[in-house]
Amino acid sequence: MLDATPNIQTGRKLVEVRNLRMYFPIHTGLLRKHTGDVKAVDGVNFDIYEGETLGLVGESGCGKSTCGRAILRLYDPTSASIKIDGTELAWANDDARKIDAHARRAARMSTYAVLIAGVTLLALLAVQFEAMANIRVVFAGALALSLLAILTFFMVRKHLRTTRAAAAGISLSDFAPSERDLRRLRPTMQMVFQDPQASLNPRMTVAGIIGEPLSEHTKLNSTKRNERIYELMDAVGLNRDFANRYPHEFSGGQRQRIGIARALALNPKFIVCDEPIAALDVSIQAQVVNLLEDLQEKFGLTYLFISHDLSMVRHIADRVAVMYLGKIVELAPRDDLFADPLHPYTKALLSAVPEPDPASHDTAERVILQGDVPSPSNPPEGCNFCTRCPSVMDICRLEDPEMNEVRPGRFVACHLHT
Amino acid sequence: MPDGADTAMPAEADPYVLNVKDLKTVFRTRRGEVHAVNNVSFKLKAGELLGVVGESGSGKSVTMMSLIRLLPMPPAEIRSGSVEFGDVDLMQISEAQMRAIRGPRIGMVFQDPMTSLNPVFNVGFQLMEPLRKHMGMSKSAARARSIELLELVGIPDAARRLKDYPHQFSGGMRQRVMIAIALACDPEVLIADEPTTALDVTIQAQILELVKELRQKLGMAIVWITHDLGVIAGIADRVMVMYGGQVVEEAPVRELFSNPSHPYTRMLLETIPSISGDRAERLQVIQGQPPMISRDPDSCAFLDRCPHAFDRCGRENPLLRSVGADGHNAACFWDRVDANA
Repeated sequence: MLDATPNIQTGRKLVEVRNLRMYFPIHTGLLRKHTGDVKAVDGVNFDIYEGETLGLVGESGCGKSTCGRAILRLYDPTSASIKIDGTELAWANDDARKIDAHARRAARMSTYAVLIAGVTLLALLAVQFEAMANIRVVFAGALALSLLAILTFFMVRKHLRTTRAAAAGISLSDFAPSERDLRRLRPTMQMVFQDPQASLNPRMTVAGIIGEPLSEHTKLNSTKRNERIYELMDAVGLNRDFANRYPHEFSGGQRQRIGIARALALNPKFIVCDEPIAALDVSIQAQVVNLLEDLQEKFGLTYLFISHDLSMVRHIADRVAVMYLGKIVELAPRDDLFADPLHPYTKALLSAVPEPDPASHDTAERVILQGDVPSPSNPPEGCNFCTRCPSVMDICRLEDPEMNEVRPGRFVACHLHT
Repeated sequence: MPDGADTAMPAEADPYVLNVKDLKTVFRTRRGEVHAVNNVSFKLKAGELLGVVGESGSGKSVTMMSLIRLLPMPPAEIRSGSVEFGDVDLMQISEAQMRAIRGPRIGMVFQDPMTSLNPVFNVGFQLMEPLRKHMGMSKSAARARSIELLELVGIPDAARRLKDYPHQFSGGMRQRVMIAIALACDPEVLIADEPTTALDVTIQAQILELVKELRQKLGMAIVWITHDLGVIAGIADRVMVMYGGQVVEEAPVRELFSNPSHPYTRMLLETIPSISGDRAERLQVIQGQPPMISRDPDSCAFLDRCPHAFDRCGRENPLLRSVGADGHNAACFWDRVDANA
């Protein structure tokens, strides 16, 4: 898989992300009024083909981690269609999302109405009939009322969803899966986190950590489960004898291996690697990257590799997406992107990477960007990059550029390339 | 501590601003001793930028913290060594004398600008503090100098930003403020401990540009600690590679990158992928883990991970020896030229 770039034209799409938006609301004032949004991810589209590694690069705060987490539905995206292996994880179409939001709001209101009416009724009855003031009766009443309220919520929501969807001509399968359905889908998609120190429970042994997904999602008996744990430890290069040790007894690189083994436990197809090597030393980084590549080959995995380290991404990724302030500005096959970056931001980013070669520092022409990244709660008018772009034009301050396929397989969002 | 201090001390006409000899720092922990720095010696020329590279735990930060005596003692203990700075030995002088050197004559920039700036004082106050304490400036003179310094490090609208607090600055701007504070009293030596590690690449490029510019303007000597060989290649004059608390190789920057001698340096350079040129199918790895040294070394620290190790490496600890021109030294018994021939 490493030698030949996957044939993107014929390959099967494993992950399809359309119009992913993740806004975090800002509430201010005494009444916690909703006054704005931090637009962490603002309209992102991409596909990941089966067996491929898509690198997602960008500076801190550009929304790359949020994007990875939203795809796995660790966040509730503001809007999105996310298909993994053909199964919709969010809203297949935007109308469904709006209907869902409306139905939820209406159902909540009806529930409040039922609660208020019920409490009033109970209070009136208690005043009217002395027998009703008995603690047991009050308790039973409250219980019945809560059940009624919960029932109302789901009934009203279901009713509104069905009728509205039917009216708009949307099938019910276009709605986002419930938490319970999502849980069934989780084994196919897993995540490797940045900081192995923080993502492993310090009170659990290695066997406990790797075995937890197995006991949550499978019905293996303890012998089979242990077998699988040992198998996984072999796969990631951990000594079986360490199964009963705790995370603090391991070095950073080995801890990351534990995290990878846990992600592999349920035979996932798709793994989001969120800066898996950022917290490791250079000599250890190479070990973990090689392990990820070996596992990909062995189990046919598909990766979304999130990183700010461009040289590592060049090594591991087949295609690379560059994010800036919540948007993808360029998406291209790896070799094309590094040889001939098209977007001015990609150019600046690549030229800012210090090369371990003193001679190149004298000859290379550097694009040093001025200033800082604008705040995602208040992005600039027009193109997000217009405040720092070295080749900014008038139109950039007015219109947000669309993503265009300028050459086969190369997408750029820039007015210079339209 | 006085070991080694009584050997040669030709203070006059010394071109070195800092001369560290046989520095040895040990941490005492409940699980025994950790020898973090083992007989490190180096010299810093006036106006030179010395890059110090190494993985975490290689002792690069502890070396620098020991020589300016910023380590908490205990648990740290400086067992031996001397640090000649001008005509004084920093290991011998009193704490009060040290305070008069730390700041005005040796400046420091740390990795994380948020934790090294005080969040409850505005940056103007923090900039003016060393100026008033060490230089005895009046409030208005210190203010004028602070504005000058902020402009020097490229912070726009300096006069107004003096009243701002650290949280009102972005990461890159905070690091600029830290550099301004370190430069406040015109130090002869600036020690920068991973100053760009916490920053994004585009911001890092800005800071590196700034440092190059400042060196031309001010001409002080800089010790730049980092684990990023790319950064070192861009700014350093001379490089010192540390491993297991020892200097394993030192050389001028071009010599080190074109002609690395110690196996560790060679493998380190092969490990890191590049964004240009050929792309390797597989990354080279250095197998194993860096060591924790718990006693005086009696063998090479890199022994377990070295592909060229032979029996002598397990018997004695190699000392730095000359392997090339311009003070290119490496601590290794393996002879690269013989092996290649």
